[in-house]
Amino acid sequence: MEETTLNNDIHVKLTEKFGEKVTAISEPYGLLTFVTYKDVIINVLSFLKNDLSFNFLTDITAVHYPGKDHGIAVVYHLHNMVGKVRIRIKVFISEQNPTIPTATTIWKGANWMERETYDLFGVKFEGHPDLRRILNMDDLGVHPMLKQYPLEDPNRVDKKDEFFGR
Amino acid sequence: MSEINIVDAPPGIEGSGFFATSFDKVIGLARSNSLWPLPFATSCCGIEFMATMGSHYDLGRFGAERLSFSPRQADVLMVMGTIAKKMAPVLKQVYIQMAEPRWVMAVGACASSGGIFDTYSVLQGIDEVIPVDVYVPGCPPRPEAILDGFQRIQDLVKSESGRRRNSDYYKELLGQYGIK
Repeated sequence: MEETTLNNDIHVKLTEKFGEKVTAISEPYGLLTFVTYKDVIINVLSFLKNDLSFNFLTDITAVHYPGKDHGIAVVYHLHNMVGKVRIRIKVFISEQNPTIPTATTIWKGANWMERETYDLFGVKFEGHPDLRRILNMDDLGVHPMLKQYPLEDPNRVDKKDEFFGR
Repeated sequence: MSEINIVDAPPGIEGSGFFATSFDKVIGLARSNSLWPLPFATSCCGIEFMATMGSHYDLGRFGAERLSFSPRQADVLMVMGTIAKKMAPVLKQVYIQMAEPRWVMAVGACASSGGIFDTYSVLQGIDEVIPVDVYVPGCPPRPEAILDGFQRIQDLVKSESGRRRNSDYYKELLGQYGIK
């Protein structure tokens, strides 16, 4: 019960501050989740950090929804270490022009997370000090977690259908 | 009674007070019983290899007592584990830094073929970047299998020409990988 009251409290404060810019609030498995927009994301994150004590940036990642207008969701996970509360923030951005402001201005730790998200999804974090690939080789050429790219290695010849009578 | 085993002499011409054979055979014999492996271990096969080095399986019995964690002086590169494509240039550089003569052993499914990791980020067998002499099957292979692979390397070392590196075949093989 205590968790829910805490979440309500956060919800009220966020809505007071950002109004219509904070939408689609839900609470799957007790984890407060909401959607916001890229013009206010930095304000939302710094408000959460400075005023609501979400001091720890757990993760930045993305999800690809092919075929939608705003087909890439950038997902932020924050943790309030004092109150032991977690929170999840989603920002939907355009698949054709996937740009979003960097969070490295708020957390230094965002640096590698954003590089990873850029490497795998091609999300360009504007203002990032060093946006290069981090996990894959430099000449990979694609962002492999976008769903149009196959996860299997096309160089491998021993799994061709002809070898299995297909 | 001594329990020390002594390797048999290579075939040659023997008489009272002399023994004659070819340099290739003598050098091959010496090399094959004093190999210095360079372990390149990245995952589970590497753990099996640690057991192979330990007292029970004891790789040292084959003259490979000294494991070199540097390409300097090493002559057998043992690749054990998954090699990501990002790692491939590093592996190739280690191979190039080793002096001739050198041999390569791919241990386990990942090093031999990419194994279960049929994915964009994993090298589908180290023979895409460096030539391999012996493949050890298994996922991961038992220490006995690694020892068997090591003995196959010894057979190769023993029987091949001391001037392998000068042969056209070998030059062409390395040329395929872009190694001079």
